[in-house]
Amino acid sequence: MIEIIVFGVVFVVALGSSLAMLFAKNAVHAALFLVATQIALALAFLLEGGQFIAAIQIIVYAGAIMVLFLFVIMLLGVDKKEPLIEPLTGQRPLAIGLGAVLAAEMLWVAWRGIEFAAGGGDAAGRLVDTNQDPGNVLAVARVLFSKYLLPFEATSVMLVVAIVGVMVLARRMGMTTPGEVAAGAGEESDLASPGGGATG
Amino acid sequence: MEMDIPRIELAGIAPEIALTVAALVILVVHAVLGNRFSTWYLPYLATLGLVVAGALAVIVWDVNDLQLSGMIALDNFATFVKVSLAVFGLLTVWLGRDYLTRDRLEESEFYALVLFAVAGMMLMAAAADLIVMFLALETFSIALYVLVAFKRRSTEAQESAMKYFLLGAFSSAFFLFGIALAYGAVGTTNLYSTGPEADSLFRFASAGPSTDLDLLVLAMGLIIVGLGFKIAAVPFHAWTPDAYQGAPSPVTGFMAAGSKIAGFAALIRVLDAILFPLRWDWRPLVIGIAVLTMIVGSVLAVVQEDVKRMLAYSSIAHAGFVLVGVVAANDRGVSGSLFYLATYGLTVVGSFAVVSILAGPGEHRTRLTDYRGAFYQRPLLAGALTLFLLALAGVPVTSGFVAKLVVFGAAIESGYWWLVVIGVLASAIAAFFYLRVLVVMYMQEPIEGVEPAPSGGWLANGVVAITAATTIVFGLAWGPLIDAAEHARFFVAGG
Amino acid sequence: MRVAPEYYLSLAGLMFVIGVVGALIRRNAIVIFMFVELMLNAVNLAFVTFARMWGHVDGQVLVFFVLVVAAAEVVVGLAIILLISRNRGSSDVDDVNLLRW
Repeated sequence: MIEIIVFGVVFVVALGSSLAMLFAKNAVHAALFLVATQIALALAFLLEGGQFIAAIQIIVYAGAIMVLFLFVIMLLGVDKKEPLIEPLTGQRPLAIGLGAVLAAEMLWVAWRGIEFAAGGGDAAGRLVDTNQDPGNVLAVARVLFSKYLLPFEATSVMLVVAIVGVMVLARRMGMTTPGEVAAGAGEESDLASPGGGATG
Repeated sequence: MEMDIPRIELAGIAPEIALTVAALVILVVHAVLGNRFSTWYLPYLATLGLVVAGALAVIVWDVNDLQLSGMIALDNFATFVKVSLAVFGLLTVWLGRDYLTRDRLEESEFYALVLFAVAGMMLMAAAADLIVMFLALETFSIALYVLVAFKRRSTEAQESAMKYFLLGAFSSAFFLFGIALAYGAVGTTNLYSTGPEADSLFRFASAGPSTDLDLLVLAMGLIIVGLGFKIAAVPFHAWTPDAYQGAPSPVTGFMAAGSKIAGFAALIRVLDAILFPLRWDWRPLVIGIAVLTMIVGSVLAVVQEDVKRMLAYSSIAHAGFVLVGVVAANDRGVSGSLFYLATYGLTVVGSFAVVSILAGPGEHRTRLTDYRGAFYQRPLLAGALTLFLLALAGVPVTSGFVAKLVVFGAAIESGYWWLVVIGVLASAIAAFFYLRVLVVMYMQEPIEGVEPAPSGGWLANGVVAITAATTIVFGLAWGPLIDAAEHARFFVAGG
Repeated sequence: MRVAPEYYLSLAGLMFVIGVVGALIRRNAIVIFMFVELMLNAVNLAFVTFARMWGHVDGQVLVFFVLVVAAAEVVVGLAIILLISRNRGSSDVDDVNLLRW
């Protein structure tokens, strides 16, 4: 019973804030609605027996990533309102039409395609057992460091690539071009490396 | 629940490890030694890394194995793609050396990012698990986002990087949702079964029409959309012209060759090997994309005034031709697509090498009018560009002709002759804009008072020479490469 | 009493679609990117839901990878956006011409 009530709240909050994102004129508001969505999703993860992932969702997503977003928005200026005019005639109805078709497809599949894939028996109960006995964190760790060892290592390479990339992009302009006067005027503003903190 | 540590077998990912190590060494050595002499050793370190990676890929030829708990497929298909990627990487590094010196860009990061990108692309070709495929895709995409923005001072480069980035992230979300749905349908993201009991996409798809497949079919559609962005297929091509135009020319060539072969390797593995039993479900979608891609790419190329944009649309059209081979979904289709991608990659790297040299410092001269009378100023380069454009148009005696022939032949074998008719028509339209460049180069006078671009360094000229030679050689003696492509078979369980 | 996975999946699907629509109709680069993050969140919900459906934690591990990718993408993406604004000496990222032949 409690799951139904909590899920109802999650559903309303997550969907409501996602929709609100669509209509938020201010980028900061959109970011805050996204945070609300993410916290609601963390609750959903708890309901579904993903305690570790729920914690990570809050810490990494709502914490690190969204703070970075807000940081950049603030850096670029918060007072700007996005003009809600259509960039290309017909693009908006087209996008909404596409979205409606996609939504219908998703819902149809969600309600029809799942029956067969139940995994046999009381699968959800098995997850509850796993969360009881070795515990969720231990279970996740065991799978992560055995079966998913290669992807785990691959993410480390990916993070290195991101770090190297950001170092290239964030370097002051003209550093390697002593003889040339760079075109941009605002280049010497001392924006520190913009993304350095987010990979941690 | 015991922990089941996988056997650490490194043969499958040895090339990727070599490249990663080489990239890190380049970064560290450059940081320690500083800028002095860096042009003298950095490109050679990168060359060494790529050669070693290529060699490590070749020595496992004819091994048929699944490694690291079913995450890596060690098969000739992956090897063929990996070796092609090592070659593209080498050409890019050599071309990049002269380009970086000329335009005074950071060196060590460029080489390191190219090596990382090649490593990611190689991993993508060998991935036997959707999540590995996704991580590989992200690794090389992130490297490419940065490489596109490498001319940091140019507004054009920044805008194109942003566009590429936003659409790339958008498309990876589609790919990821496809993975999630496939996982929901099957219960695993493994493509191949690791044991007699284990589930896999292949087993699930082979189980026959009795299974309810809705979830997997939607997953398949989303995965095709996600990969369609990477191979620049219409209607997911919007980033291509801008990214190709704004990126440094060596990077553009690398994207056109490497990104395409890696994306197609994943697409071919997923569609033609794993989801082959479901081909009647994915074929309509892929055929639609192929037709649109061929026509839109060819038609829009005609109206371009910038040579890099024109080559971008041409690369879109070529993605459509390769998709014809994917649709065929037979052995000749797979080997034909591989042959097409390898030869097209060499040709397109060569054409962007010429573009890069002719564009001059800062790459300001890429408009069609800048090529007026190029033949009288730079006969050899103009001649090489002529050869590349003829190969892209598919004129006989060039590799492009043979490639189109095998791919279209495979489609006819599968009964898709009408698709081939569309392909031939699109090629005819495409020939028009290649001819347009030739007319400008040969029939028009150079503009008075404009100095021709300085000649490229010996490495850049060498790249042009090598790619021109391969374009001719594979057009005359295609046997060995076709043979290799035909032996590039997928992993077969128990084989 | 449990909520059936269909409900969770419907939520995930709807959120994904909102993300797609938002990314297509908004103009500000940062906001577009936020909608992409929304799509990734929907993917996470789908993964966790399927993990419960199958009764193992593999899906939760996959969420972990999505998180890492999102973090790496955010870093590079925001660096590119900052680069543009810094070069122009203004915070104007709206008029980057995202729709051109």
